[in-house]
Amino acid sequence: MTAVATPPRVIASRPELLTDRSTHYCPGCGHGIIHRLLAEVLEELELAPRTIAVAPVGCAVFAYDYLQLDWVEAPHGRAPAVATGIRRVRPDSFVLTYQGDGDLAAIGTAEIIHAAGRGELITAIFVNNGIYGMTGGQMAPTTLLGQHTTSTPTGREAGAAGFPIPMTEMLAILPGVTYAARGSVSDPPHIGKTKAMIKRACKAQLDGAGFAIVEILSNCPVGWGMTAVESMEHLSEVEKVYPLGVLVDRSAPARQPAAAEGA
Amino acid sequence: MTATVERAPTEGATGSKRSRILMKGNEAIAEAAIQAGCDAYFGYPITPQAELLEWMARRMPELGRVFVQAESELGAINMGLGAAATGARVLVSSSSPGMSLMAEAMSYMAGSQTPIVLVNVMRGGPGLGSIGPSQSDYFQAVKGHGHGDYKVPVLAPASIGEAVELVATAFELAERYRTPVILLADGILGQAMEPIEPQFRHPPRQEFDWALTGADGRPPRVLRSLHLLPERLEEHNNVLQAKFREIARNEVRWAGEQLEDADLAVVAYGTAARIAHSAMRKARQEGIRVGLFRPITLWPFPEPQLRELASRPTAMLVVELSAGQMVEDVRLAVEGRCPVAFHGRTGGMLPTPDEVLAELRRLDATVRAGGAT
Ligand SMILES: Cc1ncc(C[n+]2csc(CCOP(=O)(O)OP(=O)(O)O)c2C)c(N)n1
Ligand code: SF4
Ligand SMILES: [Mg+2]
Repeated sequence: MTAVATPPRVIASRPELLTDRSTHYCPGCGHGIIHRLLAEVLEELELAPRTIAVAPVGCAVFAYDYLQLDWVEAPHGRAPAVATGIRRVRPDSFVLTYQGDGDLAAIGTAEIIHAAGRGELITAIFVNNGIYGMTGGQMAPTTLLGQHTTSTPTGREAGAAGFPIPMTEMLAILPGVTYAARGSVSDPPHIGKTKAMIKRACKAQLDGAGFAIVEILSNCPVGWGMTAVESMEHLSEVEKVYPLGVLVDRSAPARQPAAAEGA
Repeated sequence: MTATVERAPTEGATGSKRSRILMKGNEAIAEAAIQAGCDAYFGYPITPQAELLEWMARRMPELGRVFVQAESELGAINMGLGAAATGARVLVSSSSPGMSLMAEAMSYMAGSQTPIVLVNVMRGGPGLGSIGPSQSDYFQAVKGHGHGDYKVPVLAPASIGEAVELVATAFELAERYRTPVILLADGILGQAMEPIEPQFRHPPRQEFDWALTGADGRPPRVLRSLHLLPERLEEHNNVLQAKFREIARNEVRWAGEQLEDADLAVVAYGTAARIAHSAMRKARQEGIRVGLFRPITLWPFPEPQLRELASRPTAMLVVELSAGQMVEDVRLAVEGRCPVAFHGRTGGMLPTPDEVLAELRRLDATVRAGGAT
């Protein structure tokens, strides 16, 4: 038999925007998947050359080592304010924040709500892993009831520690928000849908329509005390508390007067 | 608070006429920033600096520039951080309680070497304090605000005209040294109206090789303060410290009056220096030879200059609108070479020239009697 010299068919490769190096993320961590989705979307929309991204305080602070973009580091939770400043002085830039649930839903609550309220033309990627990953697995505002963390050692109990906060639902009622959706990285179909959400949220900014956010349910195997596979399976439990799907998609530009749309 | 200034000087008229205009301090500072090419202003209302924000709210959109009333001082300063990261010329302003909130981002900007100008129109503290004029944020401005080993230049005008000049200087220093710069005013400077010559300066623009503009045809840029490896962070700190030494060498500013024959020197800045000036004149009429040493940069502090002054047979009286903050730096500077007395009022109260005169008489008598203060 003669060898057929057809080159192997490339079905997947590293997006050029991603640096060719291993990350500091723990094995199985969802941050890596989400970085890749973001890289793919920015490449497909050819946005990288005009992107200015805002890094959070959290495990993803090092996103600037992996995504080859201009980045500025924000103080913990302040990324939406930082992004506001960038976008206002550089209206031609594409501005995104990448934030964890501690960053966005705890210390940075005021900044995200008001950036959304003003309808800032920014895109927020909100990685909800239900825990403070970077500081060693303490409770986040998004932690599920009953969930064991290092600061809720007997499980989160509403009487003492309150209820999980559905941040994206809260943001979705604001007229300045043009797009709000929740995806997940639990399996390839969900990952595909999440990518589509990210793309839509980026396009919303390009359309000048208003603030856009995609919450992505992600895992933290280390903080959750699970194997990578267990943690991915456990996301189906998380999805019961935080339902997946598009929460709002307003086609009318949010900045037009009286565009409240009954929201 | 209504502005009684007829209208803002237009860009074309800048400095061309010797005419004087009457402006409120807060508004003059705002207009000086506009004339200095400020691209964006972010603020949150607080007395006694609200007119600065209001002036910007009207003027910046008129000029097609950026004005945002933020949700808090945290929001304002972080918007400033973002805008400044792109190389824009940015002003934020507040008064004491708001400056406390801005401290966090100042530390980040000092660490990531991001230029920005902050105006603090100081009011009485601690806590919510009062809305009266004060200088009780000297420690905060000069030694404190955010965490970490850093300093930022602090400019202290004593008149509205000088404030106008120092706003331009603040932008120059911020960009030259890639650092936040504080213009430290107080409620009197902010609220008073004075005739000024509209000699606005327009610092030239530079290209910055660090500014975030999108990685288009060049390697990506990152503005960060995180350096997780201790070796790397120490290296970074060494770079910052070298810069601070350079600023300390090059940027000391101060003014002296009648120091040549003075037996006593009053050391005071800002509004306190104006009160001290009146007291000095009265003392001279009584035959007490008093001079005035007025730091204009509170950091870098005119330490060598004060030390030199102190090596002559003299005593010093430090006057502040505080319980005594700058006096510590004066004592450090003179290193015991001469006695240093202090007079201050707090809470929004002002020392009167007569109070200062009484202190000068007492100090004069003590020194003549060969006693310590
Ligand atoms: C002002 C301030 N407070 C606390 C911290 C410590 N800290 C670092 S990351 C973090 C939480 C991060 O959690 P999250 O945003 O959920 O990100 P994750 O690591 O889970 O991706 C905290 C509290 C800090 N850096 N700054
Ligand atoms: S601690 Fe959790 S969120 Fe952080 S890298 Fe590890 S798995 Fe990911
Ligand atoms: Mg988290």
